[in-house]
Amino acid sequence: MDGFLFDYLPILILTLIAVVVSGLFIVLALTVYPDRPDPEKLSAYESGFDAFGDARGKFDVRFYLVAILFIIFDLEVAFLFPWVVALKDIGLYGWLSMGVFLTILTVGFAYEWKKGALEWE
Amino acid sequence: MSLTAIVFYVLSSVTVLSAVMVIAARNPVHSVLFLILAFFNSAGLFVLLGAELLAMLLVIVYVGAVAVLFLFVVMMLDINFVRLREGFLRYFPIGVLIGAVLAAELVFVVGTWVLTPEMAGNLRQPTPEDVTNTRALGQLIYTDYVFVFQTAGMILLTAMIGAIVLTLRKRPGVKRQNIAQQLARSPETAIEIKKVKTGEGI
Repeated sequence: MDGFLFDYLPILILTLIAVVVSGLFIVLALTVYPDRPDPEKLSAYESGFDAFGDARGKFDVRFYLVAILFIIFDLEVAFLFPWVVALKDIGLYGWLSMGVFLTILTVGFAYEWKKGALEWE
Repeated sequence: MSLTAIVFYVLSSVTVLSAVMVIAARNPVHSVLFLILAFFNSAGLFVLLGAELLAMLLVIVYVGAVAVLFLFVVMMLDINFVRLREGFLRYFPIGVLIGAVLAAELVFVVGTWVLTPEMAGNLRQPTPEDVTNTRALGQLIYTDYVFVFQTAGMILLTAMIGAIVLTLRKRPGVKRQNIAQQLARSPETAIEIKKVKTGEGI
């Protein structure tokens, strides 16, 4: 096993514990727990209504706009991680290169702000 | 068998199985959840390869943003998924064709490694011994590959503007809060004092 993979051993152990524990609960629920099905157990809770229709429906496209803009800035931040780690090695050129990159995206951000895409109304 | 090999086989088989379940699951929400499982396992495979940054980006960007957007679309959009499956037989030949093209490409890639031994040097560029994976990438992206990096920035800008142009529309008659206007109000402009005589109305 390579040296750096040892750092990931805790994650592996955590994943194994998660799989074992959640599997255990499923098995216990299927075997130990008393099984008395009743239609009332699946019906709407107490004073709730029965469903009027399908949960799927047309909804405002602005939700997507927010999600897409989030993904774009998420990617922008993703580019910042290796830059920060390697900043000492890449010098002024690397610093300016990221500066240009951020400027390009800031143009987009300003456009977005001015257009009112960040406002919900 | 070493622990690394066991982990590799578990991760890759779960990846392949969940990828099959993505197209086989009846409920589209389950499909997306299987897709997320496939992403997580691929991230584990990337870690095994030594591509740590790529693994973390897969979790951050794909699981954190893209898969959630998929889930969003699948759960909320007004699509009849039973009707969507109707054309399955009609589109089956096209699907098989595209699958065959992808399989042929995979065969060509592996075949190149087998036929030309010098290509094996490109198979895997290990991270230099004394630097971490993220640092090694950072040393390359912003200097040696500056053109590709700036192109990525332009593509992101295009995506941003495109999303806004396609989806944003002004709706008239919406009342907005204007804080500056609110703060600029003084008692003189906001209140009018009337003297009311006793016994008379206003």
